[in-house]
Amino acid sequence: MAMIAALAIQLAQMTLVVAIAPLLLGWVRTIKARVLRRRGPSPLQPYRDLLRLIRKEAVLAENASWLFRVVPYVTFAAIWVAAALVPTFASGLLFSWSADMIVIAALLGTGRFFLALAGMDIGTSFGGLGSSREMMIASVAEPAMIMVVFTVSLLAQTTQLSSIAAFMAGANVGVRVSLALVLVALLVVALAENARIPVDNPATHLELTMVHEAMVLEYSARHLAMIELAAALKLVLYLSLIACVFVPWGMAAAGDGIVAYLGGLVAYAIKLAVGGVLLALFETSIAKMRVFRVPEFLGVALMLSLLAVLLLFVSRSP
Amino acid sequence: MALLAALVLIASLLLTGLGAVGLGGRPAGRIIVYGAAASACSAMVVLAAITLFGRAPAQDLVLPLGIPWIGAHLRLDPLAAFFLLVVNLGGAAASVYGLGYGRHDSEPQRVLPLFAVFLAAMNMVVLADDAYSFLASWEFMSLASWGLVMAHHRTDGTAQAGCVYLVMAGFGTLALLLCFGLLAGVSGAYAFADIRAAGLSPSIGALVLALTLLGAGSKAGIVPLHVWLPLAHPAAPSHVSALMSGVMTKVAIYGIIRILFDLAGEPAWWWSVVVLVLGGVTAVLGVLYALMQHDIKRLLAYHTVENIGIIVIGLGLALAFRANGMMVPAALAFSAALFHVLNHMLFKSLLFFGAGAVLTATGERDMEHLGGLIHRMPVTAATFLLGCAAISALPPLNGFASEWLTFQAILVSPAVPQWGLKFLIPGVGAGLALSAALAAACFVKAFGITFLGRPRTAAAAQAREVDRFSLAVMSAFALACILTGIVPGLIVDALAPVVSQLTRGTSLPVQSAMPWLTLIPIAAERSSYNGILVLVFMALSGTLAAFAIHRLASRAVRRAPAWDCGFPEASPTTQYTAGSFAQPIRRVFGSLVFVARESVEMPPPGSLKPARFTVSLRDLIWECGYAPLAAGITYAADRVNHLQFLTIRRYLGLVFALLVALLLGIAIWP
Repeated sequence: MAMIAALAIQLAQMTLVVAIAPLLLGWVRTIKARVLRRRGPSPLQPYRDLLRLIRKEAVLAENASWLFRVVPYVTFAAIWVAAALVPTFASGLLFSWSADMIVIAALLGTGRFFLALAGMDIGTSFGGLGSSREMMIASVAEPAMIMVVFTVSLLAQTTQLSSIAAFMAGANVGVRVSLALVLVALLVVALAENARIPVDNPATHLELTMVHEAMVLEYSARHLAMIELAAALKLVLYLSLIACVFVPWGMAAAGDGIVAYLGGLVAYAIKLAVGGVLLALFETSIAKMRVFRVPEFLGVALMLSLLAVLLLFVSRSP
Repeated sequence: MALLAALVLIASLLLTGLGAVGLGGRPAGRIIVYGAAASACSAMVVLAAITLFGRAPAQDLVLPLGIPWIGAHLRLDPLAAFFLLVVNLGGAAASVYGLGYGRHDSEPQRVLPLFAVFLAAMNMVVLADDAYSFLASWEFMSLASWGLVMAHHRTDGTAQAGCVYLVMAGFGTLALLLCFGLLAGVSGAYAFADIRAAGLSPSIGALVLALTLLGAGSKAGIVPLHVWLPLAHPAAPSHVSALMSGVMTKVAIYGIIRILFDLAGEPAWWWSVVVLVLGGVTAVLGVLYALMQHDIKRLLAYHTVENIGIIVIGLGLALAFRANGMMVPAALAFSAALFHVLNHMLFKSLLFFGAGAVLTATGERDMEHLGGLIHRMPVTAATFLLGCAAISALPPLNGFASEWLTFQAILVSPAVPQWGLKFLIPGVGAGLALSAALAAACFVKAFGITFLGRPRTAAAAQAREVDRFSLAVMSAFALACILTGIVPGLIVDALAPVVSQLTRGTSLPVQSAMPWLTLIPIAAERSSYNGILVLVFMALSGTLAAFAIHRLASRAVRRAPAWDCGFPEASPTTQYTAGSFAQPIRRVFGSLVFVARESVEMPPPGSLKPARFTVSLRDLIWECGYAPLAAGITYAADRVNHLQFLTIRRYLGLVFALLVALLLGIAIWP
C-alpha cells in the first residue's frame, strides 16, 4: 500500500512538472509584458502554441536522417527524467535514490548533446552556428554547475537532493558566505542553460545573437513541440532545483499525510510563481550580451563556485 | 595452472608472429594470423575472467629464461588478471576487426608478424614479475608497435611519427631502467618479490616517483610527454591504433600502478600532489588539443591523453587517501580509476574502429572532407554515436559511471588532513568537470562533422558500409558500453579483488547485494546511482512521449528543401566545418593555451584576389620544451662530432688525460 502511494506520488510529480511547464513559461511572458506596459498574451498561450504545433504537418528537410527525428524524444526524455528526480512539492520520492545531483547535471548534458547533433544534421550554416555556440556555453556552464553541486554536497555530506533539502531545511546550516556565492553561480548557470536574456534570446531570429533558436531552426510541428516542451521543462527543473536547495520549506516528506502534500503543492506553486516574477523582472532590466561576453559571464559563475568550495574549508571549524 | 595456460597462449601468439613472416602477403595469411590472434586473445580473456571472478590466489612461476641463475619470474595476481582481461578483450576485438579491415592493407606482410608479437609482448608485460622480464617485454612492446606505426612508411609524416615515437619510447625505457635500478637498491635483487620486501628511503622514493612518471607516463601519454601519441596513432593502421590507444596506454597505466602502489612501499602524501596536478593538466589540455584537430584519428589520439588524465586523477586520489590511511575512500578512487581503464579500452577501441571504417569507405581522415555518412553507413554511424556518447560521459553509458565514481571520491576529500590537498582536490575536480564538458563539445564536433550534414566531397557521397567483421565488432563494443554503464555495481564487485590487493585488504561494500543493483559506494544516504533505472526511465518516458504524440498529433510528414532562414543555398561548403565549430571554444580557451591568432586578409575593392582567413595555433609544449631540447642535442652532437676526426696522437693524449683524471679522482675521494 505504501509502495503504491509512493509510486502514485512519483507519477504525480512527473506529470505535474510536464503539465505546469508551459504555464510557467506563459507566466514569465505575462509578467514581462506587464513590466513593459504591454497587455501580453494569456499565460495559457504556450499550451495553445503547443497544440497548434502538434496539429501541423511535420516538414523535414530532404537531408534529415533518423537522428533528426529521434532527437526531440531523446532530449525530452533526458530532461523529463532529470526533472522527475528533483523534489518539487515532496521530497523522499520513490526513485529519488536512483540518481543524485551529478546525474541530473549529466542528464541535462545528454539532452544538450543530442540537440546539438540535431542542429548539425541538416547541413545548413545556422544549425552548426547554434550547435557550436551552445557547446561553447555549456563547456563553461557545466563545470560551474558541478562546482555548485560540490559545494552544496560538501556542506550537506551528500549528493542526494532529498537529503540536501532536508539538511538545508534543518537548523544547523546557518548563514554561510559559500551558500550566497553558490546561489549567484547557480542563478547564472540557470540563465545560461535556459537560454534566458543576458545569454540568449529565444524570442528573436537575429543571426548574430541567437544560439538555441539557430540550433532548432529546421524543426517543425510535433518535433518542435517536443523541443519547446523540453525547454519549458528545463526552466521548471532549474527553478525547482534552486527552490529545493535554497528554500526547501513546505515540502512534504515521505510518509506524510494528504494535508502535508497539499501544503507542499501550494508552497511549490508559490515558489515557482515568485521565481517566475523575479526572472521576468531580471530579464526586462538587463540587455542581451554579445556572444563572446557570455564565457566571461559564466566564468564568473565558475570562479564564484570554486571560491565557495575553498571558502568552505576555511570557514569550517576543524 | 592458469598462469601456465597463459604462457602457452603467449607462446602461440609469438609462433603466429613467426609463422606470419613465412606466409608473407598471401590472403590466407591474414585470415590465419588474425584468426589465431583472436582465438588466443579470447582464450586469454576467459582465463583472466576465471582468475578474477574466481578470486583465485596469486600464482608464481620461474622460467629458466633471461639472465642465467635468475630466470624469468612470472606472477598472475588479481591486478595482472584485470589488466590481462583489458588487454586481451581489446586484442581479440582488434584481431576480428583486422579480419575485415586487413583486406585493404597494401602490405600485409609488414603488419601481420608484428601484430601478433605486439599482443604477446603486452601480455608479457602484465605477467612479468621481475625487472628484467618487465623491461624486456616493455621494450618488445615498444619496438613491435614502432614497427606497426612504420607499416606505411612511405606515407607523409609517418617517418617523423616513427622517429618521435622511437625517441620517446627509448627515453621511457631508460627512465624505467633507472627506476628499477633504484628499486632494487644495493642488494640488486631484481625479482619484484625482493623489491617489495626491501622498502624505500624517502629521498629515493621521490626519484622513483619521478622516474616512473617519466618512464611509464611517457608511454601512457601524460602531458607534457604526450607528443608521440597524436603522431603515431594516426600513422598506424586503424586496428593497430585501437590497440595502441585503447590497450597499450593501459599497459602503461598498469606499469604506474605496479610500481607506485605495489613495489614502492608506503607512499608519502605529497606524491599524490604531483600525480593529481599532472592528471588534471593532462585531462584539460588533452581535450583542448583534441578540439583543435580536424583529422579524426588525431582527434581520437589527443582524446586518449584526456582519458589518461582522468585515470591518473583517480590514481592520485587513491594515493592521497592511502597515504593517510583512509582505505575505503582509497578503494573508491581505485575502483573509479580501474573502471575507467576498462571503459576507455571499450569506447576508444570502438571509436578507432569507426574511424577505420570511415577511412576504408572514403579514404579520408580529414573531417572537413566528410559529412553525411549517417545515410551511407548507418551501422557505423550508430555505433560511433554510442561511442561518442560514452566517451562524453553521458548517462546511462559507461563513461559516466566511472566519472561519477571519481566525483564521489573527490567529494570525500575534505577528510584528508593536509591543507594543500584539501585545496588542490576541488580544483582538480573543476578540471575534471571542465574536461568532461569540453569532451562533449569535441564529440559533437567529431560526429556532427563526419557523419551528419551533407557530404562535402564525392568520396563522402559515395561511401559504402564496411564489411561484416568490422560491423560485428563495433556493434559488440557498443553493446558493451551500454551494459557496463547500466550495471556499474557488478563491475565494481569484479574489481574488488584487485582493489583489495592495492589497499591492503579493504574494498568497497558488495554492490550486487544492494537493492535494484544500485551503485552505492559509501552509504545510501550519501550518494547512489542506478544506471538500469535511469535507462529504463529514459526509455519509458521517451516511448511514452512518442506514443502520446503519435496518437494525438498529426502524423503527416513532408520532405522539403531545408528552410535555412529562407536561403536557397545548395552548396555543401556553406555548412559548418570542424574549424568553424571549434572557433568559439578556440576563442574562449585557445588564446591562452595555444596563443591562437586569427587573421583576415582582405583584398582591396576591385581586386579579384580571394579573401583569406587564417588561424595560427602554437603548440607551446613542443615549442618551449621539445624544440629547444632537440636543438640543444643537435648542437652538442655537432661539437662532439669533432672527436671523430682526431689524429692517433690526440686520441692517445685524450685517453692519458682521462686516466690521470680518474686516478686523481680515486685518490682524492675519501
